[in-house]
Amino acid sequence: MAVSDKDIIRLAHGGGGSLTNQLIKDLFLRYFDNEYLKKLNDSAILQSSFSQFAFTTDSFVVSPLFFPGGDIGKLAVCGTVNDLCVAGARPRYLSIGVIIEEGFSIKELERIVKSIKNTAQEAGVMVVTGDTKVVEYGKADGVFINTTGVGEIEKPIPATRSRAKSGDKVIISGPIGSHGLSVITSRENFGFSTTIKSDVAPLNDLVETMLDVTDEIHVMRDATRGGIATVLNEIADQSEVSIVLEEEKIPVNEDVRGACEILGFDPLYIANEGVLVACVKSEDAEKLLKAMKKHRYGKKSSIAGSVGDDSPGRLSLKTIIGSHRVLDMQTGEQLPRIC
Amino acid sequence: MCVAVPMKIKKIKDDKGVVGIGGTEREVSFKLLNDIQVGDYVIVHAGFAIQKLDEKEALETLKLFKEMEQYT
Amino acid sequence: MKYIDEFRNKEAARTLINSIHKEAGEEQITFMEVCGTHTMSIARFGIQEVLPENIRLISGPGCPVCVTPNHYIDHAVALSRRDDVIVTTFGDMMKVPGSSSSLEREHIRGNDIRVVGSTLEALQIAEKNPEKNVVFLGVGFETTVPTVAASLIQAQSENLNNYSVLSAHKTMPEAMKALSKGDVSIDIFICPGHVSTIIGTKFYYSLVEDYGIGCVVSGFESLDILQSILMGVKQVVTNDQKVENQYTRAVKPEGNPKALETIYAVMEPSDAEWRGLGVIPDSGLAIKDEYSSWNTAKQIKVDIEDTIEPKGCICGQILQGKKTPPQCKHFGTDCVPDNPIGACMVSSEGACAAYFKYKVQ
Repeated sequence: MAVSDKDIIRLAHGGGGSLTNQLIKDLFLRYFDNEYLKKLNDSAILQSSFSQFAFTTDSFVVSPLFFPGGDIGKLAVCGTVNDLCVAGARPRYLSIGVIIEEGFSIKELERIVKSIKNTAQEAGVMVVTGDTKVVEYGKADGVFINTTGVGEIEKPIPATRSRAKSGDKVIISGPIGSHGLSVITSRENFGFSTTIKSDVAPLNDLVETMLDVTDEIHVMRDATRGGIATVLNEIADQSEVSIVLEEEKIPVNEDVRGACEILGFDPLYIANEGVLVACVKSEDAEKLLKAMKKHRYGKKSSIAGSVGDDSPGRLSLKTIIGSHRVLDMQTGEQLPRIC
Repeated sequence: MCVAVPMKIKKIKDDKGVVGIGGTEREVSFKLLNDIQVGDYVIVHAGFAIQKLDEKEALETLKLFKEMEQYT
Repeated sequence: MKYIDEFRNKEAARTLINSIHKEAGEEQITFMEVCGTHTMSIARFGIQEVLPENIRLISGPGCPVCVTPNHYIDHAVALSRRDDVIVTTFGDMMKVPGSSSSLEREHIRGNDIRVVGSTLEALQIAEKNPEKNVVFLGVGFETTVPTVAASLIQAQSENLNNYSVLSAHKTMPEAMKALSKGDVSIDIFICPGHVSTIIGTKFYYSLVEDYGIGCVVSGFESLDILQSILMGVKQVVTNDQKVENQYTRAVKPEGNPKALETIYAVMEPSDAEWRGLGVIPDSGLAIKDEYSSWNTAKQIKVDIEDTIEPKGCICGQILQGKKTPPQCKHFGTDCVPDNPIGACMVSSEGACAAYFKYKVQ
């Protein structure tokens, strides 16, 4: 059955004229039904009683657009929500800017928009403004999305990586390596089949739970591109501490381990989209862990390491056999286009 | 490149089949082996199964580790 | 994961490490491994760190990409520049620097070079592109050779005449003999586990008889390697050098006869040049005349540039176990995986790559 013009995005949809309006009304407004967006103004006017905000932006170029466990829409919301919440902010508002390739299926676009709506709903955030552009066929890869987000700060955790203290414990909130692998293995030319699903998830509720337990979380970061090894290296560097991870305490699912054995990857360096690391005062680690384990997105949390001051800037791994190896910043190709 | 991984045979069709480890599956050629069945474990390298893993021998090796514990 | 997790057990590792410390004595014991995967496993598990100081693990020429001379890369580069050729290769080879270029650089320039995980994929590319010549870069030891030989047999039986292999294949036994005769003093060979699944164990007896070097065929998990070291230590301390098989679950004394048959149906021993070791007679595998229609060297003519060896690269000495990567003045500074000077830094099994990745001191 031939695809009719009505089913695909055309250049005119990004032109600002009647087709653009039609797309906004028929698609975006249908799913993002809130007072801000409905006004269709150039800017959304927001009110707040807070005096401090977190503000972040992220662009999403993942390929393929749909992968086991998620899609670019879900990713777009979670990536930004997570950046906000690890700063101690409550995510409130998002903007969504889409760049669509001419010829893209409207049905698929709707799937993405629906996914954005559902994820935003779960995270308790509103899409209050947006933008749509269309580029010629071949000039984008289906869809690219940019999200910016604003969150209100009640209990700030300064969004720096410079406050980890010697004596802290390192907690990892869940099994690592799923996201990057789920995307890579779902590419068409891949040659293996796996059961690996992306861990993409909004972590703001988990973070609120954590902040209710203790004020002594010194650093919190979501472990995205480059995996937990990259983010912990950054923390070790900026806080001028040494961090030792214990190999047997790092949560990794068996399906990720199996794929890594075959592919020669190290799960420590693979992107996650639903995992955070936290450096917390040692005395509070166990009770924080207990609370995290009760949460949907923290069930497999683990106290996986400790912070010291013997070799500032160094991240190392204590292996199962008791030897140590340094985990440096990754050189060479990261997995391309996984977020 | 000697990287070779122990995988379980899930399917055999003529001299090809499917093997898996921890949820990941792939197609392989069995051209280099005789006498294999579904459920066997094989070492897979460069798309071929190159040797069958002997469960009895594996258990013997593991037993040796346990026995040594008595002497330390 | 079965056959992996049980061989990484923490308590058993402790026991083995304690036993090694107990048995090791005072005299220096030198182990050489000759398999890139052993190099990587030893670095990844941090084995050297947990051993007593008198036990030294050195790495030999176990990385097939690393021992392939520049000339071969230059040949592959020249082939890739032909419009009628698609070069297919294992991923390792892409970044290896040749005299003036690399496959990766040629790929970026637009030449048709494709990474495959298996010769089966290369055959499929040949089937889908009948108007092109598909060349497979045959690099690897006896673990890999049967898979390449099988592809030649298949190409012949299917009359797939646009597929050919450029062989730089090498075999371990003659190289191990050359090392045994060389100037690095070796007490025990940690014998290559997966090569041995193919060739079996009978060759290693001659190393014991002729050179007094003990041989332990080892698996690749941490417990395998530790157990092999313990076995080697006991041999040295009791002065009872012999051939032992630690990897009995995968290595039979006769190896894999079907795989061996496949190799020798298509290939025959030839002299081969090893980076660092020079030309070793009978250590390579050349495609037999009956298969010359599928032998790239016989079928496709190209001009190959004069070989230039990288200045200051001591890969050759590292491959013989005479130096370790940190002893190279370029290591980690101007020679890094992203920007390698020599093959040892860029191959997934190279000693320099292992030391760099796992920060071995």
